[in-house]
Amino acid sequence: MTRLIGYNALWVALATAVFGMVAIPVGLRRRRLEWVQASYAATFTMFGLTTVAVFAMVYGLVTHDFSIGYVAQVGSRATPLFYTIISLWGALEGSILFWAWVLTLLSALVVFWNRDRDGALIPYTTMTMLAVSLFFFILLVGPANPFTLVSPVPLDGPGPNPLLQNHVLMGVHPPLLYLGYVGMTVPFAFAVGAMASGEVEQDDWVKLSRRWTLGAWGFLTAAIIAGMWWSYEVLGWGGYWAWDPVENASFMPWLTATAFLHSVMVQERRGMLRLWNLNLIVSTFALTILGTFLTRSGVLSSVHAFGEGPIGMYFLAAIAITLLVSFALVAGNSERLRSTGRLDGVATRETVFLLNNLLFTAFTFTVLIGTLFPIIAEAARGVKVSVGEPFFNKMTLPICASLLFLMGVGPALPWKRATADVLRRQLLPPLVGAVLAAAIAIAVGAREAYAVLAFAFAAFALVANVREISSGVQARMRLRSEGAVTALGRLVGANRRRYGGYVAHIGVVCVAVGITASSTFRTEYEATVAKGASMPAGRFQIRLNQVYGREEPQRSRIAANVSVMDGAREIGRLDPAMNFYPTSQQPIPTPAVRSRPWGDLYVNLMAFKPDGSNATLKVIVEPLVPWIWLGGGIICLGALIAMSTMPARRRVDAPDAVGRVPDRELVPDARMGASALAANTFEGAD
Amino acid sequence: MMHRWKVPLRSARLRAALCLAMLLLPLLPVTAQQPTSAQMSESELERRTREVAAQLRCPVCQGNSIQDSPSELAQEMKGVVRDQLAAGRTPNEVKQYFIDKYGEWVLLEPTASGFNLLVYVLPVLMLLGGAFVIVRAVRKWTTAPPAADGTT
Amino acid sequence: MNWKRAASAALVSLPIIVLLAYSLTLDPKEIPSPLPGRSAPAFSLAVFAQGEGATRRAVGDTVRLADHQGEVVVLNFWASWCLACRDEHAILSDVAEAYAPRGAKFYGVLYNDAPANGVRWIREMGGQSYPSVNDPRTRTAIDFGLYGVPETFFIGRDGRVAYKHVGPVSAAVLTQKLDSLLAAGAPAPRGDSASKVTVPANRS
Repeated sequence: MTRLIGYNALWVALATAVFGMVAIPVGLRRRRLEWVQASYAATFTMFGLTTVAVFAMVYGLVTHDFSIGYVAQVGSRATPLFYTIISLWGALEGSILFWAWVLTLLSALVVFWNRDRDGALIPYTTMTMLAVSLFFFILLVGPANPFTLVSPVPLDGPGPNPLLQNHVLMGVHPPLLYLGYVGMTVPFAFAVGAMASGEVEQDDWVKLSRRWTLGAWGFLTAAIIAGMWWSYEVLGWGGYWAWDPVENASFMPWLTATAFLHSVMVQERRGMLRLWNLNLIVSTFALTILGTFLTRSGVLSSVHAFGEGPIGMYFLAAIAITLLVSFALVAGNSERLRSTGRLDGVATRETVFLLNNLLFTAFTFTVLIGTLFPIIAEAARGVKVSVGEPFFNKMTLPICASLLFLMGVGPALPWKRATADVLRRQLLPPLVGAVLAAAIAIAVGAREAYAVLAFAFAAFALVANVREISSGVQARMRLRSEGAVTALGRLVGANRRRYGGYVAHIGVVCVAVGITASSTFRTEYEATVAKGASMPAGRFQIRLNQVYGREEPQRSRIAANVSVMDGAREIGRLDPAMNFYPTSQQPIPTPAVRSRPWGDLYVNLMAFKPDGSNATLKVIVEPLVPWIWLGGGIICLGALIAMSTMPARRRVDAPDAVGRVPDRELVPDARMGASALAANTFEGAD
Repeated sequence: MMHRWKVPLRSARLRAALCLAMLLLPLLPVTAQQPTSAQMSESELERRTREVAAQLRCPVCQGNSIQDSPSELAQEMKGVVRDQLAAGRTPNEVKQYFIDKYGEWVLLEPTASGFNLLVYVLPVLMLLGGAFVIVRAVRKWTTAPPAADGTT
Repeated sequence: MNWKRAASAALVSLPIIVLLAYSLTLDPKEIPSPLPGRSAPAFSLAVFAQGEGATRRAVGDTVRLADHQGEVVVLNFWASWCLACRDEHAILSDVAEAYAPRGAKFYGVLYNDAPANGVRWIREMGGQSYPSVNDPRTRTAIDFGLYGVPETFFIGRDGRVAYKHVGPVSAAVLTQKLDSLLAAGAPAPRGDSASKVTVPANRS
């Protein structure tokens, strides 16, 4: 029953998406607004139906309805409720269902907030969202159907992938990632809508999609940081980033989106880079689909790979259509997108943004070619090669360092024109900060050139961005005699976008310092310790108290209880463990981490004697790791501040209910008719 | 270079050059010094083991190096690295041993020769090409006559 | 719309699409082994399970590859914790017994396991016709470029690895390879599809 409700809801949603996609061009061509309105209603309906399907699946999971294919695949009576619910996105079919749900939610919101705008931009944007949704519904009723019938009904299932039921962060990381990934569909849809409707010369699409891009970027940032954290807490190697294909897949759209967030400011202020920005947003979306292709088709082996199947062909088709259609649209419109602006000087913020975009593009390209090179090499040489951490570190560290430097230069430089005097005044304090930081880093023991450079540039960027905020606060305190807190609040409130950006920069500095410090000053200790004995770990001693086992419904767990000793004083206890799942040959480690602002003590149980008389422990001392998580939070806070600007006033004559036709003349805008004709009958072609 | 910044910068060109130099600073090759003495200390051996192990892919993992992987096979492979280095083999000889056993696949960083050079050269070419485009665009945009509606 | 430009821009994305289409034909888990065709790595390992047939060796004896010059040797890497090893156990034991008169030498090599577990496992599985040796610290396994268990290596009379089989081996493969090695004494041609290795999918 549950199965049929879910499955049929998906089919009806698919039909609704098709209807909406057809209704829009028909409505625009015949100038019948009710058709367009009907497609908006279809978007809401599609969201409602997908919600029904998601609830059916969650209900099936919670009630252990093993007649549903997906439940039989990932469910188990022994799995705790929390992990049962989050197994919704633990395997291929469920993750596609969840993805479709987020996508239809965002589609409905885009339509809801913009349904009263005149012109063809919103109809075409909606059509793009519907087209992307349609793709996911095709997957859901076809190769990724989660509601297949299992017969005979099994009594129990294997439970979710052990790696995915081992940490609470699995409840956080995937939804954030999907919100980020799917969120990038919205600016893409606006860009395609703008090009298809012929309204690309007005920069409306940029203004309308700005907060969507920021939001998606914030979610993607949070997702990447949460993924790093999960990797750190679960995989047991004490690291957080391995340049795994899936990590790269989430990182590449982040890079292009970050480039876009900066370069779009040049477009808004100076009317430049319009073509470039369209390319960036199209690339961002294409990279999200590429990332999904790489992880869902089994092309590259990866920790997150979801297994193989015909689904790869579907994603390939989606990538092909996306690339062909959107780059054709961008190129076809390119003549209308000439820059209208010009630069007043070389040493300006605009130039820094150009360099920033160059570096972000080179960064993306490096990660992309590194990720795809094993495929290229096999095609060309017939030899399997690996491209891993050493390659990516070597190639991207210079770019990272340069970007850190630019992050300080950009905010310090004014728009339009800077005199030498301004330059000196603005850049001198950050430079002093950089020199100081380099000196401190060397004094503390950093010897690698990149580490020293990274600390110096991080300090440079920090001073530059903090100064931007503090000088504004001081000015307000002086001129309006406000208190420091009031002044800060009002300053940020008055220009949220700008100061949100600076806050995000400070967060990036925090992440950069955390990464540099933890990888430069990381020390490892490994020893086999008898019960009651200790091993040294930096300035601490780790004493093994006991090794104990515990049976849990879904797994058995062997843990070591250790004391962290500072001299003779016990300052904490940790329980690193190994988990044995029936479905996994290898034990899944659960390291124990003692986290303090200045660094982590990471203890992993490597091996143990069955009688509990000794255990092999690996202890890693990693300074400043928590700064990475904290920095991620600060970046997201910055994104929130920048997003919180009020949207442009909507028209006051808005209808108050979904899909109701307003009492005013239909299609009053000549622009809509003309552009719709141009796009639909190809009369605009030359 | 730091000294330069203290004097007023007169020409925009000089400023641009300095900015560029600052940007290129991280691109300077950083060469790690290799100890030449035959007798290696315990910590030196450990350091070199880590260095080599970080470049070898763990066969039973997904893209982790044998330095990072806690799996038993990776630990033993790391032991092989340590033993061979202690016996006086060079890092390259140790890597060659693993290539002979597991194929080129075992290197986490492709050898910079032949077709593999592409993966190193293409990003650099892209960066240089992009820099060229930007320099030309900036020159054009700064010298062109002001557009009527270009500025806000 | 400028359709000429649009078409040329679309063309630019074709190579990426072709590359991705090609990638769908690949299996990332297939990794070719460089060993077939090369001299088998020398080893010297102690017997921990003596075996029952004509090729039995006393526990504690040292098995050296050098002592088998001019003979056909089959090395089977296994472990008691390995599920797939159960599938091939009886086949290996039977084929080894059948080919013993013709001079083929079979050895089991215990991988990443305690000999006591190995002995218990062999008893549970109903015995084994050929001896098994222990590979402490998995050095021999690494010498043979092992990814996981079970893997079976066929060494020809010339001391070269003729063939490597990944996963449970079938009687057909065993007899075919043994027949050709015993008859010709020359290594089987390398480069056949079977010299591919499958890596287990779990990351540790």
